[in-house]
Amino acid sequence: MTFYRGHLLVCGGEGCTSSGCNEVHGAFREAMRKKKIEDEIKIVQTGCHGYCEKGPLVVVYPEGVMYNRVGVKDASEIVNEHLVKGKPVTRLFLTDPISVDQVPKYEELDLFRKQHRIALRNCGMMDPDSVNEYIARGGYSGLAKMLDTMQPAEVVNEIKESGLRGRGGGGFPTATKWEFCSKAKSNKKYIICNADEGDPGAFMDRSLLEGDPHSVLEGMIIAGYAIGADEGYLYIRAEYPLAIKRIRNAINQAKELGLLGENILGSGFNMELKIKEGAGAFVCGEETALIASIEGERGVPRSRPPFPAIKGLFGKPTIINNVETLANIPYIIDQGAQTFASVGTDKSKGTKVFALTGKVKNSGLVEVPMGISVREIVYEIGGGTFEGKKFKAVQTGGPSGGCLPESKLDLPIDYDSLASAGTIMGSGGLVVMDEDSCMIDVAKYFLTFTRKESCGKCTPCREGTMRLLEMLEKITAGEGEMADLDRLERLAKTIKTSALCGLGQTAPNPILSTLQYFRKEYETHIKDKKCPAGVCQALFFYRIDDHICVGCGVCIKACPTDAIEGERKQAHHLDMEKCIKCGGCVDACPFHAVIKE
Amino acid sequence: MKKLTNKDELQALRQQAQQEIAERNQNKNRIIVGMGTCGIAAGAQDVVNEILKELQRRHITNVEVVRTGCIGMCEREVLIDVVRAGEDRVTYGQVVPRDIPRIIGEHIVNGRIVEDMVVGRLTAV
Ligand SMILES: Cc1cc2nc3c(=O)[nH]c(=O)nc-3n(C[C@H](O)[C@H](O)[C@H](O)COP(=O)(O)O)c2cc1C
Ligand code: SF4
Ligand code: SF4
Ligand code: SF4
Ligand code: FES
Ligand code: FES
Repeated sequence: MTFYRGHLLVCGGEGCTSSGCNEVHGAFREAMRKKKIEDEIKIVQTGCHGYCEKGPLVVVYPEGVMYNRVGVKDASEIVNEHLVKGKPVTRLFLTDPISVDQVPKYEELDLFRKQHRIALRNCGMMDPDSVNEYIARGGYSGLAKMLDTMQPAEVVNEIKESGLRGRGGGGFPTATKWEFCSKAKSNKKYIICNADEGDPGAFMDRSLLEGDPHSVLEGMIIAGYAIGADEGYLYIRAEYPLAIKRIRNAINQAKELGLLGENILGSGFNMELKIKEGAGAFVCGEETALIASIEGERGVPRSRPPFPAIKGLFGKPTIINNVETLANIPYIIDQGAQTFASVGTDKSKGTKVFALTGKVKNSGLVEVPMGISVREIVYEIGGGTFEGKKFKAVQTGGPSGGCLPESKLDLPIDYDSLASAGTIMGSGGLVVMDEDSCMIDVAKYFLTFTRKESCGKCTPCREGTMRLLEMLEKITAGEGEMADLDRLERLAKTIKTSALCGLGQTAPNPILSTLQYFRKEYETHIKDKKCPAGVCQALFFYRIDDHICVGCGVCIKACPTDAIEGERKQAHHLDMEKCIKCGGCVDACPFHAVIKE
Repeated sequence: MKKLTNKDELQALRQQAQQEIAERNQNKNRIIVGMGTCGIAAGAQDVVNEILKELQRRHITNVEVVRTGCIGMCEREVLIDVVRAGEDRVTYGQVVPRDIPRIIGEHIVNGRIVEDMVVGRLTAV
């Protein structure tokens, strides 16, 4: 057998053949013969590389340098320079043969640099349909450790020491809730996973269920053991079919392996988990409504106490935890409370997953340590606002949350500092807004949502959100009075304290926080009848600047309502009565003669 | 599958699974496709089909095609990761079926990363 110090691969696929690779092949043979290296380098004809438009392609090994569009006359240059002298012919490179090292590592990507992944530790890293991969990554070892060495009270204690707080919105200490339930005397208890995820814009729970279903199951089994439950439900909204499918598969696999069902891992502990598909009403995320929904009733909240931990599903003590909360549990048991508690702030331990969206360059799901500043998330992870646009606000906590202005950019994100700034962590929606967003419009958007989702059981919420919305509409229509601001504030505060459930109690937050930080913008709408962001349709109009307009007539074609008239080469005019403010003429005018004011 | 009846059996299964995965990572090339809801919505299934077709066209048999969940970069879906046996995992973003012959030809066959489509790289796991 002959040894070659190198190989030269000439593509002989169809594409390259048609662009002349046979001639090229011959030219290489000829050039190598001239340099007497035909015994050192082997020419191999290969199949298509899939890059035919750049063909004929030639690859030289061992370096793996690829040349493209190689012509007959290039052959001798490649042979003389590369094969003989060892100097690659850069002008024929496809792209510079950048070494692998130059590809940014995940850790170096803006989106990942500041992340710390605990809840999302397996998401994107394994096949969600393979229990073996989960186990290989340490899955179910927290469960095994617990069953082997821990009493229920010790589990509660471990969670207490971790400082874990509920990720579903309120941030209530998980261990306190568990302890409450574990002490309740009953022959039957339940554990429920709240996967309703009703917040518009949030999708962290869905991603967890889809990407790492076993973590959630393992968290539920551990929670069940800690409180003394042997049955549980996953309440997943029906709009999440893939999540439901993956969880169903995970339940089956865990059962087959004896990690779920009767006598788990030979410990004598039993746990049965079922899926309940929710119809997708926001209020069904509220604990008591969710319980009613599983019981087959209408998903309507009831007043508390009694709390579900004492009297929950079918009247039995029940713990409801959020998906992300549960995904953290196996990690805490397996790695120990201290490992978890070493991340985060004094009163908010661990990490939080956010769905970063809106006017930022990099959007996506990010898991960051508690205590990171809003600025770090928006600028260092999110890459800041788009070119030329000024940051205005960040909205946290979904419809129950509020907006923070630029002056709050250095606020550390944890439950308590967000609350003291007038918003909430919520389930982790983070919407970045720039100067093109009108804060009153934003408040209106969230209020429209909560009003629609209000179950109507109690008056403050049913009637109150309606009135709030009417007042906002009045202001954005340019018909507001200054007295409306006080009315808004008074009513908002009344609803907060008198509504029956969390939906009504938090619905006014977007209004209160925008009133707190963006009061000027409300006043401009009322006093000057102007919307500075140019969002509120009633408060701006279009005008054609007759100094700029050249009378080209382009805008006439763009206008759906024939609102523009004019002689060719004369300044055109826009009839405000007919204009529906679609903005079509603005985009169409090549001279930027249409002005919004 | 046999039911596990104690911690040691779980531990043994874990080692076995790790071993299998390690062997696979050493000997097999892998293409991992993000198949969360966003991925699928962005067309991941078409991309998978094209990957399978392309592998068949080239008679490549030492590549395993697997799926994974959301890694958080949903805006850059369809995301696919290419891992050549023993090498780092390279993530490509906004992949459409048309890109597949190039990614497979360049990266899987020639070991050359298609730089202009790269989103990032993960150290070998
Ligand atoms: C109107 C309303 C909607 C809610 N929606 C959700 C939800 O979608 N997911 C969730 O986990 N918690 C939701 N919650 C909070 C839950 O009622 C409950 O506090 C939470 O699931 C407890 O879990 P945790 O302690 O793990 O956070 C909602 C609360 C209210 C008032
Ligand atoms: S506050 Fe709203 S959602 Fe809650 S019970 Fe009252 S009406 Fe229903
Ligand atoms: S904004 Fe729309 S409706 Fe008004 S003038 Fe321009 S194109 Fe016509
Ligand atoms: S497109 Fe612009 S420049 Fe042309 S007629 Fe309309 S406003 Fe004038
Ligand atoms: S035939 Fe050569 S790259 Fe396709
Ligand atoms: S679904 Fe693929 S990154 Fe989110």
